[in-house]
Amino acid sequence: MNIDRSVLIDLCYLVAAVLFIVGLKGLTRPRTAVRGNQLGALAMLIAVVATMLHQDVISLSAIMVGIVIGSAVGIVLAARIAMTAMPQLVALFNGLGGAASVLVAGGYLAGAPSLNNASVLAATAASGLIGAVTLSGSLVAFGKLQELDFVNDISFSGQKAINLGLALTSVLLGYLLVAQPANAQLWYWGMSFVALALGVLLVISIGGADMPVVIALLNSYSGLAASATGFVLNNNLLIIAGSLVGASGLILTRIMCEAMNRSLWAVLFGTLQGGSSSMSDDEAYANVRSTSADEVAMMLEIAQRVLIVPGYGMAVAQAQHAVRDLTNLLLARDVDVIFGIHPVAGRMPGHMNVLLAEADIAYERLLEMDDTNSMMDQVDVAIVLGANDVVNPLARTDPNSPIAGMPIIDVDKARTVVVIKRSLSPGFAGIANPLFGADNTLMLFGDGKAAVVDIGKALQEG
Amino acid sequence: MTNNWILFTGTLADALPAEAPPVETASSSHFMLLVTVFALAVFVGVEIITKIPPTLHTPLMSGSNAISGITLVGAILAAGSDISTASSVLGFLAVVLATMNVVGGFMVTNRMLGMFKTKK
Repeated sequence: MNIDRSVLIDLCYLVAAVLFIVGLKGLTRPRTAVRGNQLGALAMLIAVVATMLHQDVISLSAIMVGIVIGSAVGIVLAARIAMTAMPQLVALFNGLGGAASVLVAGGYLAGAPSLNNASVLAATAASGLIGAVTLSGSLVAFGKLQELDFVNDISFSGQKAINLGLALTSVLLGYLLVAQPANAQLWYWGMSFVALALGVLLVISIGGADMPVVIALLNSYSGLAASATGFVLNNNLLIIAGSLVGASGLILTRIMCEAMNRSLWAVLFGTLQGGSSSMSDDEAYANVRSTSADEVAMMLEIAQRVLIVPGYGMAVAQAQHAVRDLTNLLLARDVDVIFGIHPVAGRMPGHMNVLLAEADIAYERLLEMDDTNSMMDQVDVAIVLGANDVVNPLARTDPNSPIAGMPIIDVDKARTVVVIKRSLSPGFAGIANPLFGADNTLMLFGDGKAAVVDIGKALQEG
Repeated sequence: MTNNWILFTGTLADALPAEAPPVETASSSHFMLLVTVFALAVFVGVEIITKIPPTLHTPLMSGSNAISGITLVGAILAAGSDISTASSVLGFLAVVLATMNVVGGFMVTNRMLGMFKTKK
């Protein structure tokens, strides 16, 4: 009977692995995405139930209690989170996943580990190390995204050296775990503790606009930690699922870095030099002209195609619903409205898309950067809402600027540009944006949401 | 005939291991098998994920994050094994956290994906 059971369990794991893959494939298109996610959830359910049938699992009651508690908290968080806080939630869950990896590997060592198997011990060390870095790094990322007061961008000299020291120490302790398994638990928890500190210091110095890269990277770490745990427990499903997640995170990280034209190393360990471009504020802003909601409404009325480029500012102002209202008003007047989404707009990959989708804007209107740029000459009015660096022409023209080479949305090539902003303050890169002073640009100063609402009102009255 | 059959199955049962094979083996070829699985899974992952459009990257992150909660499987094994109090406690905590990760992750992804509707 036991033989049959373990074959059955392995079969369930195989089914679950296949369902994970098929489910992820469903995410390649919005139409199949919901079902893809449901398949993933089903796969997890199968895996969990199958595991509970495992012969080593004797006391189910504690497990059930744990699952109920975890589910309750998870459901509450998921149901009540505002979409603008999505990056924080992903960071938080990511950290929890990392913590679980540390605890599982630790639990393995506290149980009946095979102390003479070097590769298993190495996998245990990897699981704990990566899991701990993921845990603390994700929590710091959460704090930054949530803009908690005590989590600032802390940079100090010698930071790279300290980080390196911590990294080496934790690897050394991991090595000791393998080499001296008699004290395995001592080395393990020591290593995890050091890795926690490493995670904190790695993320603490990274600024808000670089968060998309960091979250994607931490996402992949949590997958790698799960995979390592799979090597420890000799569990194929853990390895497969962990690798899928790890690959996903790494690809997103690479996409983000390419979209910012900065290497991962620069994001993690470099600091963005502010204000070292050749253009000063006075030069860039000599010719700034401001406008009013009424004027903008008049321009929009006679336009044939309007492009809206959202940025993190739109999320902060919670303007996405007002944007939808304006969009509908324009559509009713036979004005085509499209959205240009820069890959690193917002605090997470795809952040803007989610906010606009939440506001009920059809996803076919959300264009990627390259598609947007290729139709820029047909755009009559481009509205920049809460975005700055991603539309800064200096990225194209100034090789010395901190954003040099970064692909941007070429709104300056549209016929008219309206920038909605509270003031002329710089974006994350800390440099002037000559777009604001360009001849075809008008500045609409004010809060993002209020400005959009005012334009809508003027449109209706006009 | 029946007696022979009973004898046969009895002998068979004696020859086969009474429990499932032990959780880990020391052979390096087994380790290489796991590494192979890992490598293939990464390859499949890369293939699929590069085809996911940027507009769905946020649900991808939250969805893949939920999948990383597969650690729950390991947590159940640790929590349920009754080998030592420490491993059970650690396992229990891991179960709670991993479940939060899984349930919250899939739910929030579902919520997000429901918003990507085609409209007029």
